[in-house]
Amino acid sequence: MSPFLPFEVIAAFRFLVEGRRQSLLTIIGAAVGVSVVIFMASLLAGVQANIFNRVLSTQAHIVISPPEEEALPVRKHEADLDIALVQKPAQRLRSIDQWQAIVANLRKRPNVTAVSPTVAGAAFAVLGDVANPVTLTGIEPAGFFRIIDLKEKIVSGTADLTPEGILVGTKLAADLGLTVGEKLRVRTNKSADSGGDQTFVVDGIFDLGNRDANERSTYVPLRAAQSLLGLSGGITTLSVNLDDPYTAETVAEDLRNSLDVNAESWIKTFEQVFTALRTQSTANYTIQFFVGVAVALGISSVLVVSVVQRSREIGILRAMGASRGRIRRVFLTQGATIGLVGSIAGSLLGIGFIVLWRLFARNPDGTEFFPITLQPMLFLRTGLIATMTGVLTALLPAQSAARLNPVDAIRG
Amino acid sequence: MAERNGPVLKLEGVRKSFNIGTPAETEVLHGIDLVLERGEFCALIGPSGSGKSTLLNIIGLLDRPTSGRLLIEGKDTQGLDDAAQTRLRGHSIGFVFQYHHLISAFSAAENVMMPLLLDRGFPNAAMRTRAEDLLSEVGLEKWKNNPASHMSGGQQQRVAIARALAMKPALILADEPTGNLDTKSADDVFAMMRRVNVEQGTTFLIVTHNMELAAQTDRIIEIVDGRLRESHGAA
Repeated sequence: MSPFLPFEVIAAFRFLVEGRRQSLLTIIGAAVGVSVVIFMASLLAGVQANIFNRVLSTQAHIVISPPEEEALPVRKHEADLDIALVQKPAQRLRSIDQWQAIVANLRKRPNVTAVSPTVAGAAFAVLGDVANPVTLTGIEPAGFFRIIDLKEKIVSGTADLTPEGILVGTKLAADLGLTVGEKLRVRTNKSADSGGDQTFVVDGIFDLGNRDANERSTYVPLRAAQSLLGLSGGITTLSVNLDDPYTAETVAEDLRNSLDVNAESWIKTFEQVFTALRTQSTANYTIQFFVGVAVALGISSVLVVSVVQRSREIGILRAMGASRGRIRRVFLTQGATIGLVGSIAGSLLGIGFIVLWRLFARNPDGTEFFPITLQPMLFLRTGLIATMTGVLTALLPAQSAARLNPVDAIRG
Repeated sequence: MAERNGPVLKLEGVRKSFNIGTPAETEVLHGIDLVLERGEFCALIGPSGSGKSTLLNIIGLLDRPTSGRLLIEGKDTQGLDDAAQTRLRGHSIGFVFQYHHLISAFSAAENVMMPLLLDRGFPNAAMRTRAEDLLSEVGLEKWKNNPASHMSGGQQQRVAIARALAMKPALILADEPTGNLDTKSADDVFAMMRRVNVEQGTTFLIVTHNMELAAQTDRIIEIVDGRLRESHGAA
């Protein structure tokens, strides 16, 4: 007996070792439960991180655009409203007022990591007699790449835009038969005289992982887009990235209120994705909860049986001077031990599952579906919860052991 | 503090009823008065159902009387809460049961240590030494590391006696200690209890059906229908 361990711990260990088959089965039960929780949580975190990554790699956290144009009713008296029809005007391509001041304001905010002015509008990519509709985006490459890392998505050529350069998606390149170095005309609804028709050289071809985006997105230097879209010196959107993407909606709201602009967070833009992810998380937590309940019931039932089996020994211990508290703690320690050992074994098993998943769950080309990372906090949290569950489920059997009347217990 | 000179045990008008307040209420003990002096070696006899076990449980602080007083080493047990009773029981009373009841997950020596461990909370070398000394007193020093469950009935009962002695209690209550043993082992165990009584002055109250055994004690207390009848002082 170690002089550093109290009676409760010594007795709990001895009882667990003596009933080793029972203990082992319970620990295996707890371990399987813990491994399922760890594996599912890791998988979910992997899936969600992957989705977020994909979304955020082609999307700024907040996009600022000019406030919508509103038609003002000619008459303002309420009494006239029933005869006045106020028709919503079509939104023209407009620049954000005082955008340099807004940029300066944004850059002063500590949670803003990048701001990039862009100008975006509709255009046609023309090659011979084929004219494909595209979204023309004018960018300042250095700032823009800090928000959307196009460099990573280039499949041929380079992302370094020359003054007459253009970046196109793989789909558009395929449709028009474009390769790097070839020329491409871009036309807007401005007349050719006012700069609405320019010829670019394809600097690079990118793959955004989305067919639509690969067909419609084109990037040119900011100045070129400004003249093509007739917005000299103006910009249509400000892309903003934050240190914490999940605060985007709060920050966007603050911007709307303080700057009189239209600010939309990626959370709003991808609301459906968010809802789907939330549902997924809820389903996952529900499963984890019931796994926990099953494990708890397993531990509890084994301890209840153990109390019945050991009732005579408990009676003797009580007769020899063991307080009710000591008896209670012996069984609580057993519960905690099963939970703790089960969670350690379960963590190892969970790591095993994750390793197997990474080995076998792969795309046809051999790359991983998505990266699953081992999160130390998840293991710590699950271990803690499992141990607590062990203690909580041991409460009832421990209490019944402590309440045993020694006379009845010894008589059996 | 317990008195070291007064009687080890004093019962005054102890009554015990079961199923109180129901139509099935029965009084099992009808006003028991009993004094056991230090160093007495007594037998408690009586037919089945006479209230022997109930009396033993009350004396052992495992059960409470319905009325009357019980003093252990001069200390009134009335009004003691469960924790205080448990402490007093651990310090003043040793138990030897018919079915020895060792804790099977522990070795012989560890079983003997158990009352000390329960009292202090953490094991230490002194406890171990005391347990081994006690085991050699009962002739089992070679078996000290044996799991309790791997010993014969006689051996286990000797371990149980050693365990009952661990806290140097003033009183040892033995409930049919030889009832489950063959004649040779029974004689050994009885002789051992007698030796402890003589050498250490420990008071013994031995419940037995065996009149031959009872006759070898100093005093026989007979209980019939919940009342005491002092028989005779043995040799």
